[in-house]
Amino acid sequence: MNPNLKALLSFLTFLLFLSVAVGCQRSKAGITVAGSTSVEPFAELLAEEYMMKHPHSRIYVQGGGSTAGIEAVRSHAAHIGMSSRSLIGREKSLHAITIAKDAIAIIIHPQNPVQNLPLVKVRELYSGKIKNWKELGGKDHSIILVTREEGSGTREAFQRLVMGEEEIALEALVQDSNGAIRQVVAGDPNAVGYISLGLVNEKVKALNISGAEPSVINIERGRYHLVRPFLFIFNEEPAGEAKTFLDFVMGPEAQRLLSREGLVSILSKF
Amino acid sequence: MRSNRLRYVTQSVAKILIWIAALSTIAVMILILFQILREGLPILRLSFFTQSPKSMGREGGILTPIIGTVALTVVAIIVATPLGVGTAVFLREYTRESRISRVIRFGTDCLAGVPSIIFGLFGFVFFVIYLNMGWSILSGGLTLAAMILPTIICTTEEAIKAIPYSFREVSYSLGGTKWQTVTRAILPNALPGIFTGIILSVGRSIGETAAIILTAGSSLVMPTSLFSPIRTMAVHFYILAREGISMEMAYGTGAALILLVLFVNTIANGLLNRYIRHRS
Amino acid sequence: MEIKEKLIEKILLFIALSSISILALIAFFIFGEGLPFIWKIGPHAFLLGERWVPSHGEFGILPMIVGSFWVTLGALLLGIPLGLACAIFLCEWTPPLAATFLRPAIQLLAAIPSVIYGFWGLVVLVPLVRTYLGGPGLSILSGSVILGFMILPTIISISEDALRALPPYYKAGGLALGATHWQTIWRVLIPAARSGIVASIILGMGRAIGETMAMIMILGNAVKMPSSFLDSARTLTTNIGIEMGYASGSHRQALFATGVILFFIIMILNSSAIVLSRRRVE
Repeated sequence: MNPNLKALLSFLTFLLFLSVAVGCQRSKAGITVAGSTSVEPFAELLAEEYMMKHPHSRIYVQGGGSTAGIEAVRSHAAHIGMSSRSLIGREKSLHAITIAKDAIAIIIHPQNPVQNLPLVKVRELYSGKIKNWKELGGKDHSIILVTREEGSGTREAFQRLVMGEEEIALEALVQDSNGAIRQVVAGDPNAVGYISLGLVNEKVKALNISGAEPSVINIERGRYHLVRPFLFIFNEEPAGEAKTFLDFVMGPEAQRLLSREGLVSILSKF
Repeated sequence: MRSNRLRYVTQSVAKILIWIAALSTIAVMILILFQILREGLPILRLSFFTQSPKSMGREGGILTPIIGTVALTVVAIIVATPLGVGTAVFLREYTRESRISRVIRFGTDCLAGVPSIIFGLFGFVFFVIYLNMGWSILSGGLTLAAMILPTIICTTEEAIKAIPYSFREVSYSLGGTKWQTVTRAILPNALPGIFTGIILSVGRSIGETAAIILTAGSSLVMPTSLFSPIRTMAVHFYILAREGISMEMAYGTGAALILLVLFVNTIANGLLNRYIRHRS
Repeated sequence: MEIKEKLIEKILLFIALSSISILALIAFFIFGEGLPFIWKIGPHAFLLGERWVPSHGEFGILPMIVGSFWVTLGALLLGIPLGLACAIFLCEWTPPLAATFLRPAIQLLAAIPSVIYGFWGLVVLVPLVRTYLGGPGLSILSGSVILGFMILPTIISISEDALRALPPYYKAGGLALGATHWQTIWRVLIPAARSGIVASIILGMGRAIGETMAMIMILGNAVKMPSSFLDSARTLTTNIGIEMGYASGSHRQALFATGVILFFIIMILNSSAIVLSRRRVE
């Protein structure tokens, strides 16, 4: 055969192969877990542990946000969705399983002298009514609000638990993950933000709310109220690999791991 | 006389300002590189390249992101090269200034200016959702292929343009057909130019973030097939730095990223100077 | 033989058409998701609405349009003088030693990934702005400065090409009339290379408007209409980048609609740059 024709034919075969690959349903082994960036770091830890025990399994953890995760499960783009808020509306047809509970901590820079805020003050702070730290017992400096973006499960939980009907001020800076908010607050002595309690570290200070320190004990006893569930979402009853992973997550070992990371285990007595 | 002196004063002032501008451009580049490399180079031990990230990247190395970058780039190059070279050959050898060539050229010029977030949106609806490929190496690679296509078309065209007309005349006079001329006289001689285009595209693929995060995902697990999600080095750097997971690891990844980009670009520029500029 | 040649030509035409059909596909899918939404809430409410609160069903992108405008303007204020100066430096006053540093430096600036720029802005520039000028530091000013450097390579390389493409007698004529070198550059060469320089600025503008990751890191992303250079802002691109992962339903459509507007702006800029540089060639 003419070599040019051969080259051409192989190129066409390649295109054909490509279109077949594209047209085919993907047949990949492993479980995709997608959704809330608040749940993501914990799910990554769980996946790491799980894959250590089941070396042939693959758990792909993927951020994107609660809503995207729920959508991904619905459209079969992911096997398990992660959500840091309860299901709403038509989403309720999906299966949701609470894997742990998480508190939202209000964080400030460690140098900021403010220690405690009543819930009402947090609301006034975030609705933009209080504009200076002086009004809250801090230094005379304007407050830099940091919030999560629209669609975030943490933001929805914060809206419901703290703000009620009030709106979060539009001048608030918007960051798209807990870590990013922590970064901004750690770098700016006048900033305030809210993140998952499990992700608070030494670079920021978590405020007491209405006198209650955000701690696992206080959450379990019901003294610290800013608590929301972390959910795994399934399209139907979990089965196969997804079921094995879920069982692992609900088991005592994984739950111990989660409480060590600052979440409230579902096995907790309270 | 006075106005004459003024002219020279103006000239000197302008010269000084231009010197300042040129020097500050160099200074900024050095500042950026210095900052990242100073903090990052000490992290770059061999184990940093051979270990996978552990606990979200706080420990371990960057093996999986490196594999991710390589995988996406390879897919993008494999898909974009035949398309790009084919288009360039068609534009240069099979059509003169016709309406269709003008449309194609305008299209590729426009494609070159489309922001990466738009490619990301497109890849997300088309590959990830519509074709149901999920967040995967394939989705990300195909999206990247669309982004680098204009570069490959453009450099290939330049390379073909630089080939003297006599090459074609010789081929035709020996009884060669058009296609024989293309495959035996044009493409072999345009090869260095095509290669330059590919290297430039590799550079762009390595640095891309916005489009990849929407199409290839950000999973840290070792991929097993073209349909596995993946995290590239640039995405890994972005996530580490932005979420403050580990500044140390972020600097390390950033330094590795910069070194890689510098390496690729030095090759590309070397080739460019040697084969394209000289010939034309 | 004849048939094979014809076939090959058809295949190449097909390849060429499929290359540009990508642009059509992009437009089709983004418009398909976004246009119905703009139609539904009305272009007026979408483009001129000042409030972006998707959870309340309010989708006004004016703050983002204004944000993109200010950030781009700031980037151009820095990028144009610096870029032109570097282009002149490279073609007209090139002490060999300095040029050997400047040219690789510009190539490097073009090669550095945008996340690195964003990160550098975040760790170096933002704290400086916050400490010395006040505000959150995550601001239009910081974003503009970073973007200004990011668009430098585009402006420099295309204006340099335009200046180099001028016939040598322009410069010779200027000097022969007794003008100083600077007068020749300023009054003869730059006006003659005008369309190429303008094209370089437009392409730089396109790059500035299209930048996403660095801007997410530096701008602070507040959805309020910015009132000073020290305020946080959100651009069209960062609006998509920051909320895309999380959006569903009409919120997602609204983000695609933002993409439609961005696509329009970029297409207008691109085509005018293409027309301008074509004119230069002819």
